[in-house]
Amino acid sequence: MRRIGDAPLVRRLLIGAALVLSALFLLLPLVAIFAQAFSQGMLVFWANVSNTFTLHAIGLTLMIALLTIPVCLVFGVALAWLVTRFSFPGRRILQTLIDIPFAVSPVVAGLIYLLLYGRNGWIGSWLDTHDIQLMFAWPGILMVTIFVTCPFIARELIPLMQAQGSREEEAAVTLGASGWTTFRRVTLPNIRWALLYGVILTNARAVGEFGAVSVVSGAIRGQTNTLPLHLEQLYQDYNAVGAFACAALLAFIALLTLAAKAGLEWRASRREAFA
Amino acid sequence: MAMPVFFRRSLIALALGASVSSTAAMAQERELLNSSYDIARELFAAVNPEFQAWWQEEHGEEIAISQSHGGSSAQARAILQGLRADVVTFNQVTDVQVLADAGLVAEDWQEAFDNNASPYYSTTAFLVRKGNPKGIESWDDLAKEDVKMVFPNPKTSGNGRYTYLAAWGFADQAFDGDEEQIQDFMRTFLANVAVFDTGGRGATTSFIERGIGDVLISFESEVNNIRSEYGSDDYEVIVPPMSVLAEFPVAVVGPNAERNGNSDLAQSYLEYLYSEDAQRLLAGFSYRVHNEAVVEEFADQFPETELFQVEDVFGSWDDAMEAHFAGGALLDQLQRR
Amino acid sequence: MSQLTLRRTGSARVLPGFGLSMGISVLFISLVLLLPITGLFGQLAGLSLAEYWAIITEGRVVASYMVTMGAAAVAALVNAVFGLLLAWVLVRYEFPGKRLLDALMDLPFALPTAVAGITLATLYAGSGWMGQLLEPMGFQVAYTWVGIALAMAFTSIPFVVRTVQPVLEDLPIEVDEAAMSLGATDGVAFRRVIMPHLWPALVTGTGLAFVRSLGEFGAIIFIAGNMPYETEITALMIFVKLQEYDYAGASAVASVVLFVSLALLLAINIWQGRFVNRLHGGKG
Repeated sequence: MRRIGDAPLVRRLLIGAALVLSALFLLLPLVAIFAQAFSQGMLVFWANVSNTFTLHAIGLTLMIALLTIPVCLVFGVALAWLVTRFSFPGRRILQTLIDIPFAVSPVVAGLIYLLLYGRNGWIGSWLDTHDIQLMFAWPGILMVTIFVTCPFIARELIPLMQAQGSREEEAAVTLGASGWTTFRRVTLPNIRWALLYGVILTNARAVGEFGAVSVVSGAIRGQTNTLPLHLEQLYQDYNAVGAFACAALLAFIALLTLAAKAGLEWRASRREAFA
Repeated sequence: MAMPVFFRRSLIALALGASVSSTAAMAQERELLNSSYDIARELFAAVNPEFQAWWQEEHGEEIAISQSHGGSSAQARAILQGLRADVVTFNQVTDVQVLADAGLVAEDWQEAFDNNASPYYSTTAFLVRKGNPKGIESWDDLAKEDVKMVFPNPKTSGNGRYTYLAAWGFADQAFDGDEEQIQDFMRTFLANVAVFDTGGRGATTSFIERGIGDVLISFESEVNNIRSEYGSDDYEVIVPPMSVLAEFPVAVVGPNAERNGNSDLAQSYLEYLYSEDAQRLLAGFSYRVHNEAVVEEFADQFPETELFQVEDVFGSWDDAMEAHFAGGALLDQLQRR
Repeated sequence: MSQLTLRRTGSARVLPGFGLSMGISVLFISLVLLLPITGLFGQLAGLSLAEYWAIITEGRVVASYMVTMGAAAVAALVNAVFGLLLAWVLVRYEFPGKRLLDALMDLPFALPTAVAGITLATLYAGSGWMGQLLEPMGFQVAYTWVGIALAMAFTSIPFVVRTVQPVLEDLPIEVDEAAMSLGATDGVAFRRVIMPHLWPALVTGTGLAFVRSLGEFGAIIFIAGNMPYETEITALMIFVKLQEYDYAGASAVASVVLFVSLALLLAINIWQGRFVNRLHGGKG
C-alpha cells in the first residue's frame, strides 16, 4: 500500500529540502566553530586547550554537570510520576510552575539567586555572618545550574507517561509487585528513551549555561570560571582562536552526547527487531 | 544511565581535585583577589608576577594573586553581593563610588592614593581605516553625513559612556554651551552609529572582523592595542585635539581585605602600581601615567591633547549619570527617531 | 469521559508513591523555584503601581517588546514549517545520512547559546561565509531584525521537531490507507487526514519555541546590532537596568516577560492536557 508522500518526486524534493536547509542552518555553524578553532593549526589549538586555566574550567564544568544530573533526575521522575499517575487539585499549576526556568531569562535567574543568597539577601546575610559562602563559589554555580536545567527531564517524561497511561503499572501492582519493582520493571523500560533524552538535554544545558552562571560566579580564573565563561574571557582578550578552541570543546561534548544517544537508540531498535 | 563506572570515578576525582587544589593553595599562602574591568586581563597578567617578585624580595613571603574580570559595573555589583575581592581596579569612578556608598570602600577613597586614586589614565581616541579616507580628525568630523562609527552602548559600557561625554564636552565648547545646538549635534552624532555592541570587545569585532563603520571609538590604550594586534598597516590611530579624561580608579575593599587578612598586601599592591617599574609596564600597554621619568621615556607615544574632566562639564559623575544615562534621560531622548 | 474520570480517581488508590513523589516535587519546587522568585517580587514590592507602570511602558522598553515579540513570532512560524518538514522527512523516509540528520536536530540544545551567538554573527556578518553570499544580493542579516529572528529560530528549532516527531511516529498506517483508498491526492490527504492529528503537537512545539525565544539573550546579543528602538530585545533592557544597579527596574521588566511566558506555558499545558484526554477518550 502506498503511503502519503511516497511519490518519488515528492519524496526527493522533501528530503532534498530538509537536507539542504539543515546543512545551511545547523551544520554550517558547527563546521565554522571547528574551522575557527583549528584556523592556526593543531599546535595552537592544543596550547589553548592544555592551558592550566582551561583545564581547571573543564574540570569545574564537568563537576557541575555531574552533580546537576542526579538532582534533576530524581526531581524529574518524581514530578512526572506525580502529575501523570495521580489526580489532585493544583496538578496543572504544579506542572506550569516547573516551567518557570523556561520563562525566566537566564540573567534574571542568576540575579534572583544573588538577591537571596548574596551578602545583602536575607538568607545570604545569615550565611555571611556564619562565614559560609555560596555565591561566587562553586555551590552557587551548582544552584543556578540546577535552576535552569530542572524542567528538562520532567518536560520530556510528562507527555510520554500521560500518553502511555497507567494501566500496565496498575496491573503490576494488582498482581502484588511492590512500588519500586513496578517502577523499575514496568515504568522504566517504557520511559527510558525519554529519560535519556532528558538527561542529555540537562547535561548539555548544564555544561553550556552562561547567562545565569556569569552572574553568580565572580569569574575568578582558576577558581570559579566555567568553560563558557572562560570562552567569553578569551574572546575579550582578542584570543579568538582560544575562544573557539573552547567552543570546539563544548561542541565536542555536545556531539559526544548526541552520538551516545544515537548509538543507544540504534541498539534498542535492533533488539526490538530481533525480539 | 549507562555511564561506565571508571569514567564516572575519574570525573569525580577530577572535580574533587579541582576544589581541593584551590583550597590547598589558600591554606598554604596568602592570596590577593583583584577585581578588575574586562580588558585589563593582559595588563594584570604582566603586573602581578612583578609585584609577587617584589613582595617576595621585600618580605620574604610567597603570595598568590587571583584575578576576576568583567564589566566594571557587574564587578562592583558582585562585590556588593559578596564577592570577596581585596582590591578593585576599575575603569569607572562611579563603580567605586557605589562600593563607597555601601561602606565597603573608605568614604575618602579618592584621597587614599595619589591623583584621585587613579594610578594611570587615558582618553577616548579614534581608530580609522588605512589612509583615513573620511578625513576624521576631531569630533565634528564624526557628525558628518557619510560617516559611520562603532562604539559600545553607553547604557551597558563605561567605555561607551566616555565616548558620549567626550562628544558632548566637545560640542559644549564648540557651541559655547548653547543647549539646543549641542543637542542637535549629539542627535546627528548618535544617528551615525552603525552598531551598538554591549561591550568594548564586541565593538572591536564589529569594526575589525566584520568591517563595519569608518571609525571605532574606544580608550586610547585600547585603540593602540587593537592596532598592534590587528596590523599597524591597515589602521591608524587618531587622538582628537580635545577629549575627556578617563580615570582608572583603584581602591582597597576594606572589610574584605581585613577578613582575608590581606590589608597590608592590598595597600602595597595598589601603591606598587605607582612605582616606576609598574608605570613603565602600564605605559607599555598605552596607558598614560604620572611618573615623570616614564612620561619622558614614552613622550612620542602620546600626542598632546586637551583633556577635560567630567566634573568640569557635567558637575559630577552622579549628575552626568542622572541627566544623560538614566532611563528616559537625554541619551534616550536623543536616540528617539 | 465518565469512564476516564473513574479510572483516574481509581489510580490514585492503586498506585503507590503519591506521598513520596508529592514530597519531593513540592520541596524541590518550593526551594529551587519559588523561594528565589520571591526575591524578584521583593524588589517589585518597593515600587508603587504608578512607578511599575512607568517602567514597563517606557518608550524604549515598549519598542523592545515589539522587536522581541515580532522576531519571536517570525522565528516560531518559520520553525513550524521547517520543523514539520524535518519531522516528516525523519519519520517517513529512509535515506543515507538519516541518523546523522536526526542527531543534528538536537545540536541547538546542546550548543551553549553564547557559542551559537558568536558563531552565527561570524557566519552572517558581511565578511562571513553566508554574509558574503547574501549581502551582494541586498539581503542583510547580521545587525538587523532578521538576524534576531535567525538566532531565535536556531535556538528553538528542536522544540518543534521533537514534539511533532513522536506523534507522527505513532500515527497508524491505516490513516494513510484510508486516505489513499479514497483516491485523494497527497496534498489533500496530508491536509485533511494527517494535519488534524499533528496540529496539537505542532502548536505545542511552536508555542514552546516562541516562549524560549522571548527569553533568549546569549545567542541574540552578538548578532542583533542593539540599536535603540530598532534592534534592542527585552532581555537586553533587563541587562541594561542591571548595569545601572536598578534592580527594581530590571525586576519590573523581567516580571513582564515572566508573566507573558508563564501565561503562554499555562495555555500550552492546558491545551496538551485536553489533547491527551481527547485522544484517550477517542480510543476508549
